[in-house]
Amino acid sequence: MTMKIKFHHIILVILLAATGCKKDNYDAPAQKFSGRLIYNGEAINLEYNQVPFEIYQPGFGKVGPINGTFDQEGNFSTLLFNGNYKFTIPPNQGPFRWKEISAGKRDTLAVTISGAQNMDIEVQPYYMLRNVSITAAAGKVTGVFDIEKIITDADAKNIERVSLYINKTQFVSGADQIAVTDLAGSAILSPNNVSMSVDIPSISPTQNYVFARVGIKIEGVEDMIFSPLTKITY
Amino acid sequence: MKKIFLITIVAGLFITGSCRKDSDFLDVPPKQVLPTELAFSDPALVLSILGDLYNRTVDFSGLDNGWASFVDFSEAFPSENGSYFFVQRTGWGFGEWSSWDYTYIRDLNLFIQRATAATKLTDADKTRFIAEARFLRANYYFELVKRMGGVPLITEPLEYDYSGNVTSLQKPRAKESEIYDFVISEAEAIKGDLPNDVNTKSRATTGAALAMEARAALYAGSIAKYGVTTPQVSLPGNEVGIPSALAAAYYTKALTAAQAIITQTAGSYQLYRVLPDLSDNFAAVFLDKSTVNQEAIFIEDFKANAGKTHGFTTNDQPFSISDEGLDAGRLNPSLNLVEAFEKLDNTYAPIPTKDASGNPIYYTNQLDIFAGRDARLAGTVLLPNGLFKGKRTDVWAGYQLADGSILTSNDAGNLKPLPGTTTPVQVTGKDGVINGQEFRTQTGFYIRKYLDPTVGSGRRGRGSDVAFIRYRYAEVLLNAAEAAFELGQTGIAVGYINQVRARAGLVTPLTAGDLTFDRIVHERRVELAFEGHTLFDMKRWRLAHVVWDGNQMSVTDLLSNIGNARKRNTQPYGLWPYKYYNPGSPNNNKWLFKEVLPSPVTGANRFQLGNYYSQIGNDILSANPLIVKQPNQ
Repeated sequence: MTMKIKFHHIILVILLAATGCKKDNYDAPAQKFSGRLIYNGEAINLEYNQVPFEIYQPGFGKVGPINGTFDQEGNFSTLLFNGNYKFTIPPNQGPFRWKEISAGKRDTLAVTISGAQNMDIEVQPYYMLRNVSITAAAGKVTGVFDIEKIITDADAKNIERVSLYINKTQFVSGADQIAVTDLAGSAILSPNNVSMSVDIPSISPTQNYVFARVGIKIEGVEDMIFSPLTKITY
Repeated sequence: MKKIFLITIVAGLFITGSCRKDSDFLDVPPKQVLPTELAFSDPALVLSILGDLYNRTVDFSGLDNGWASFVDFSEAFPSENGSYFFVQRTGWGFGEWSSWDYTYIRDLNLFIQRATAATKLTDADKTRFIAEARFLRANYYFELVKRMGGVPLITEPLEYDYSGNVTSLQKPRAKESEIYDFVISEAEAIKGDLPNDVNTKSRATTGAALAMEARAALYAGSIAKYGVTTPQVSLPGNEVGIPSALAAAYYTKALTAAQAIITQTAGSYQLYRVLPDLSDNFAAVFLDKSTVNQEAIFIEDFKANAGKTHGFTTNDQPFSISDEGLDAGRLNPSLNLVEAFEKLDNTYAPIPTKDASGNPIYYTNQLDIFAGRDARLAGTVLLPNGLFKGKRTDVWAGYQLADGSILTSNDAGNLKPLPGTTTPVQVTGKDGVINGQEFRTQTGFYIRKYLDPTVGSGRRGRGSDVAFIRYRYAEVLLNAAEAAFELGQTGIAVGYINQVRARAGLVTPLTAGDLTFDRIVHERRVELAFEGHTLFDMKRWRLAHVVWDGNQMSVTDLLSNIGNARKRNTQPYGLWPYKYYNPGSPNNNKWLFKEVLPSPVTGANRFQLGNYYSQIGNDILSANPLIVKQPNQ
């Protein structure tokens, strides 16, 4: 007897569950909005999850951003509804200049989403790393590169330091590294053919490759700009 | 006949009974709620309302905020499986540490308004109650400005008129300096109305008001002075950031207020110097609640077996001395902090684990490695083999064998035979150290500050009633020293800082020439460790993004530049003792030590410029368009 009642209950619950989740739920946002940060077509490499962006959708009463961050290669992606949005990067974020309407008021990019959309965002970094070559020999990783100063007007900033990071995984930055060498900005006499090297420490479990990147820390700017990731097998 | 008579009587009763006026019938005084006039007619009732307002005081670290409020910033390691996020994350969210409790401010404003209007209280009671509420209000605005910068300054209860228009309730953020000015001027206004009594500690006194004023003015002064190093952390309307021209005026106010306490105008406050052993004496500053303790100025008090207790001792007691089975050992001070305690000759040096040629140094007793250090080290940190409740802790990570290998196990109860023998023996300490084993130390250290030696204090049921000291005399001396130093009065500054140091056994006084900014930063770190100052000190000096720079720390980083205010401090290290096993050697059964990064530590603290002032929530921003956003967010 009791078994029977339980069985009926189960049927009832299944019926309710099957019919219950149709009507009043919105579909999740499904349109993929993605892109990357570029300067003259070249990707800007960052530290992952450190440079945020904000997307606003005006016209719905309360004002609040949809937040996201760029990954290590400067890519971003987010799922949105169709509609009109505004894209911006909060003040003092990122190793690049973003247009300001007045001090602290950031300009926004209008974005219309209807279906998946890919948009590259053009920014002007303070510096770029050029002709980067990272090689390994005799237990050392050596990086040779040129530094190009992009912003040379009143906003120009000096280099605080340049760092060569290596790590055993492909996340490479100050927070994710197994070895680092720093070179103070004042010690860089010529921006061309700068050379740095770092010893490869013993890795457990052993692997015959490391990932490396060079990063520039700019004075007064929190986020560093990096060279593209290099995998070095030795 | 009889029936009809009865019915008539009953009906008559009903009719006469219902003839009272509507207003008499409906207007029944409530039995559960005290009306305002009644509540403010009796000092005992007013005190109970005020007691609630005292209880709602917001502290950063507090014994009733849980042990985890002490553990962050690489000053300690969390030995609890659910809390490793402290050492695995790579930074803090922008919303971390935010506070926006305008309900509390409204309740304080209402209290002040109602107490002012009360007619049945004596003038003396009334003055004191109002002054206390103003103290709590200023104290909370101080807490707000430390976390959020300038906030809307509301000093009257706001009333909504139900018109559908809320613009009259929307207030913009005040300048950061205006909130500090408010705290300072309130303290000045009420200090005469509060009791001038050294033995009143859990309620506001003249001393507490002056101590708050000194600290607030010092914070404002240092933000004005050091804010110029981070120009990005400011807003054009000065809701965040204080112009550097105001620095000297704030430092002067801080020094004056602190000196008012030092010259005993607020009562006979003095450093606690009672016990002959200086480390025990330092630990007792936080345990002694008798009138002998004239160091504590304003405390959050607790009382065992009376409903107000906390679980700090339960959570943090040594595992093998625990009153509560498996509940123990969560808060483990880091080696980073331990290294900061200087030697008795006023010099900085790493804890000596290796000799000049890189060979380990062997010690007969575990405590020998810490000998000759600042007494506050053993007063703040329970060292390996340290004494608690009459027992010694058993902290070691295993046997170091002669061939360089290590014999250890995954639990102290898991016995193993030593090489060349067959009898299984204990090969790790009962109190740790084993990577990833929660509730035992994973850094080699337990906390001693606030740890209650009373019998039963480690039981969950009883709890501990050690008080949390919000303001104490040693901090006032350090505030005075810092303010005087920043004003160029180095001679005065060094006199104050030497008093604090002498109490800790550093009897060779510093000279005026020795005193540097780094010395002041260092002194606050070791004296005020685990008292809720670290974050706010680093923020006001604009050192937070330097010290917590998100880069991993190497052992070289750990052992070099000790005493440098800009030293990296991103990951909590441990110091693991090993017992040496080599029957043929004179060092057999002696101790050696290794600096180890506990394996749960995978993140590195990164303090971003956007962390200097906590995020104001989107709900607040969209409810009040006059509120401007924080910088860098």
